[in-house]
Amino acid sequence: MTNAPVAETSGGLTSNGRAGWPSGLGFDRSARRAAVAILMALIFWHLGSTSRQWLGTSLPLIGSVPAPDAVVRAWIHLLSDPGYWQSWLWSTVRVALGFAAATTAGMPFGLALAANARFRSTVFPVFELLRPIPPLAWVPASIIFWPTQELSIAFVIFLGGFYTIVLNVVGGAEAIDTRLIQAARSMGASHWIIFRRLILPGVLPSIGVGMEVAIGITWEVVVAAEMISGGGSGGEASSGGGLGFFIWNSYVGGAYPDIIVGMISIGIAGYLSSAMTRRAVAYLTPWKKRV
Amino acid sequence: MTVATEWNANFLPPSRGEVVVRNVSKSYGPQLFATEVVRDCSFVAPPEKFTVIVGPSGVGKSTLVRLIAGFEMPTQGEILIDGRPVTRPGRDVLVVFQETALFPWMTTEQNILFGPMARGDPPGASKKLADFLLDKVGLRTFRKHYPSQLSGGMQRRVELARALINNPRVMLLDEPFRGLDAMTKRLMLDYYARLSEEQPRSNLFVTTDTDEAIFLADRLLVMSHIPTCVRAEIEVDLPRPRNFSTLFHDNRANAIKMQVLSMLHEEAMKSFIGGQKAASDFLEAYRHRTAAG
Repeated sequence: MTNAPVAETSGGLTSNGRAGWPSGLGFDRSARRAAVAILMALIFWHLGSTSRQWLGTSLPLIGSVPAPDAVVRAWIHLLSDPGYWQSWLWSTVRVALGFAAATTAGMPFGLALAANARFRSTVFPVFELLRPIPPLAWVPASIIFWPTQELSIAFVIFLGGFYTIVLNVVGGAEAIDTRLIQAARSMGASHWIIFRRLILPGVLPSIGVGMEVAIGITWEVVVAAEMISGGGSGGEASSGGGLGFFIWNSYVGGAYPDIIVGMISIGIAGYLSSAMTRRAVAYLTPWKKRV
Repeated sequence: MTVATEWNANFLPPSRGEVVVRNVSKSYGPQLFATEVVRDCSFVAPPEKFTVIVGPSGVGKSTLVRLIAGFEMPTQGEILIDGRPVTRPGRDVLVVFQETALFPWMTTEQNILFGPMARGDPPGASKKLADFLLDKVGLRTFRKHYPSQLSGGMQRRVELARALINNPRVMLLDEPFRGLDAMTKRLMLDYYARLSEEQPRSNLFVTTDTDEAIFLADRLLVMSHIPTCVRAEIEVDLPRPRNFSTLFHDNRANAIKMQVLSMLHEEAMKSFIGGQKAASDFLEAYRHRTAAG
């Protein structure tokens, strides 16, 4: 800590030497702030859920939530339960497949909408009529339409990502400066070169934004779909149901701390997949980074 | 090696590059309600000369540029490059746009190599050309940078190089240095004047700035208010190489400037009476200029 003042003048990213914080652990200011915020939330949660003990009466809402230590104990117990990890795996696989399908279908569809006026005027009204229907409203219909439970869940997840990606692709393609296309044409670029070298990289950042939003939506949808549909084809409910069914099952079985474990697990899963998407997009669009 | 042979070692000398605009009109909108932007415009930009189109903003100069570049077709009349009518964009006429139109996702070098790449030229030869041009525009150390990492002046130089590598017959520059700060703009003007003196090529340069126009021009075309046409052609026979900072110590240069300014003033007046908002800015500027000297 003796060199703390030096560290501060050399860029302000290391610890400013406040007592109790280790400097040089690689925590920057914002990471520290995040840690403090999470800690505060935990304390608030703890105080709230144990309010009956120290206040005499339960606080509304938060007073009936299982306490953090109970949740941690339940979690530790679950870590050695293969069923819990199976739930992770099922939900992750469903999100990955549904998201991949939404991206692979949404990108060409969006590009076609942006590129072809006739296609657009034909298809876009239908698209816009279907878009406001929430994915979850499709659950009963898709259970009827699709032969297996798994396919109906996949379809609903697909819908969750598809609209967002399509709209972002269309918006991104429309935002490309026409002068870039004109410049390329006068330098002798073919339609293919213009598509490959201008349109595609031009929409990539918006596709990235769309993907980031879409993966969040797919997590929302997968969990709800699993709850409603009873967990898909996995046979035994606790292993094949995914995190959504895990939560539902915990509720039905009265294991309230497990509900919270499931919720936090989804939070972590959503955060990790958004972060990975962001990373991937940043890697694919290096020109967006200022050096 | 002299500068000229240095160019010729890398590029074939550009062929002629004469632009003939003959009775061109351009309107937009449905016939009955069409707005005429260019009316019966005719002029010649002679080969290997620097022709400057000068006029107040909002009179349809950029429309003229799009027509000459082949991005749009005239409603009437025709445009010929070395006797051949322009029917679509091509490498004969390359446009350097207002602000910047570099491809943001390509590095300096990839931007410059775009034309040869798009046409499938052998990479080895075009790489050599790109190296030569990178040196010419002084950006060799910035070859791997993206446009967003370059200053405004650097971006314009990349854009010049990206056009020049295609060895166009005509360089068509639409207010290429607009938006640069005054100092950088002057540097770019000096720089481009030198570059175009090194290798004779037809240049058609569009600007609202009379100083810039007189500094660069062999021939000056003063445009009328909208619908635009050429109001006057002025030969600028000032000796080269010219120096921007001493140019207006010369009486001849000043005489041309006063002549151009008073014509532009009249045109702006007409637009002003016609209710053109853009013209009022110009009138304001003109008042300041005449009051100052």
